[in-house]
Amino acid sequence: MQTQIQPKTKGKPGFLRKHWMDILVILVVAFLLFLLFRSIYFRFNFQKKWDTFYYHFVTNNGYRRLLTGMRNTGIIASLGFLIGLFIGTVIALIKVIPPYRKITRYAQKVCNLYVAFFRGTPIVVQLLVGYYIILPLIGVSMTPLASCVTIFGLNSGAYVSEIMRGGIQSVDSGQLEAARALGLSFPTSMIRIVIPQAVKNILPTLGNEIITLVKETAIVGYVGAVDITKFFQDHAANSYEYMVPYLIMALIYIVIVAVIAALVRLMERRLQNGNRK
Amino acid sequence: METGNNLSESEVILDIQDLCKDFGNLKVLKNITEQIHKGEKVVIIGPSGSGKSTFLRCLNCMEDPTSGAIYFDGVDLTDMRVNINTHRRHIGMVFQSFNLFNNKTVLKNITLAPELVANEVLRRQKWHNRLLPLTNLFRKTKQTKIPITTTKKQIRQDVEANARRLLSRIGLEEKADAYPSTLSGGQKQRIAIIRALAMNPKVILFDEPTSALDPEMVGEVLDLIRQVAETGMTMVIVTHEMGFAKEIATRVLFMDGGTVLEQGTPDELFSNPRSDRLKEFLSKVLV
Repeated sequence: MQTQIQPKTKGKPGFLRKHWMDILVILVVAFLLFLLFRSIYFRFNFQKKWDTFYYHFVTNNGYRRLLTGMRNTGIIASLGFLIGLFIGTVIALIKVIPPYRKITRYAQKVCNLYVAFFRGTPIVVQLLVGYYIILPLIGVSMTPLASCVTIFGLNSGAYVSEIMRGGIQSVDSGQLEAARALGLSFPTSMIRIVIPQAVKNILPTLGNEIITLVKETAIVGYVGAVDITKFFQDHAANSYEYMVPYLIMALIYIVIVAVIAALVRLMERRLQNGNRK
Repeated sequence: METGNNLSESEVILDIQDLCKDFGNLKVLKNITEQIHKGEKVVIIGPSGSGKSTFLRCLNCMEDPTSGAIYFDGVDLTDMRVNINTHRRHIGMVFQSFNLFNNKTVLKNITLAPELVANEVLRRQKWHNRLLPLTNLFRKTKQTKIPITTTKKQIRQDVEANARRLLSRIGLEEKADAYPSTLSGGQKQRIAIIRALAMNPKVILFDEPTSALDPEMVGEVLDLIRQVAETGMTMVIVTHEMGFAKEIATRVLFMDGGTVLEQGTPDELFSNPRSDRLKEFLSKVLV
């Protein structure tokens, strides 16, 4: 009945009727952006800013230092995440062992303390304390980059351990029971059966963790390591020109995070095999 | 006991002495003493909450008993110093909710444990041989090397061949590379049973194997259990299928309130129950 009441239109029927709200929003946003860029262009003399940036970045070979910065960010985030994954898995395993023996209970207390410390203090504080106090105290000399990797690994271990513990507990307890009933030891059944299923469940959250880690690397300039943020800060300070470098910096982070998010989604799909086949 | 003279002569597989299990203040099992002989098919019946499942799970220490002893092959399983894993390999278990490993294919489900166990034995033998020159220095009677007859590859092939043979026995060989989530309940449970069989156990424990199944799939699982029973396997079965219990059991235990209230051959127990509790229970379940 209703189809007869509607007026007949050529092309996609009811396209405007369906999407008028979206189109309106897009138009308004585009108009606002246009106003913004117009005012930036005229009031801030964009051409001059761009020329200054171009001079420092390309003509004076600034981009080489940027590549070093990106490499450092990559190293700190990826190695830190790997260390964190290892530490987190070990801590999560210790936490889910049934506490029959005394040594288990003590190990669990130590793990709780570790997690409480690394979750309870800002990572900047950990970095400063680690680099300027603890490293000289124990007499180890480390490059800023190596100490950053260590601190980020330890920090991410605390977070990953909680994620992993949640993942392990989300796996049906019957899986562990079946493995134990077949005569496999607790570690073997954990590694072969429970953890692979747990990792599949927590993959989105782990992706979140690595994205957080990438963004947190922006503070390594505090101990003198050069990453993307530190590079652009120096760049801006040298050229007295802030807008273009900082906007590009933001853009680079967005691109990196988008790439990681896409990779995580891809991995998630690959790991769905167990449910689909 | 009125279970026949021929049984008391055959070998005792599980010897349960004064078994007690508490969950907090709740006493679930109260001083159960029972002997399970080789080749026996013991069926445990009883109302829910009577401790049937707990009793079964205590037999391979999935639940640690509060007190008492369970002798399996002359070893007390409740002793904390005993390596329970080596003994559990000889006690198969089938669960109510199948518990197939979701991240493994059907074939992997069956081969995982036998392969790991065989590899572990192989590794231990190899290390024994490697360390022999050293350890023999401290021994008065020198030992000789263990002859190693197999390799990792050979083990894998053997185990897989065995798994495929078992799969073809239940007619599911084409499901070898499928994941458990794609199977029906009956298929899952039959694979869970042959997963237990692949370890060559001395006794299999069934924890309500058909309770989570659709009525039309119960038959195929019971058929497989029947086939396994015919091979002379020792079995302990907790079930609510009274008809099946009557047919397969050599001995039926009726549990209530954490004790074995009455036991005997299925004929004795089902046709003339002595205790009022059993009469009441049977009148409810045998409609």
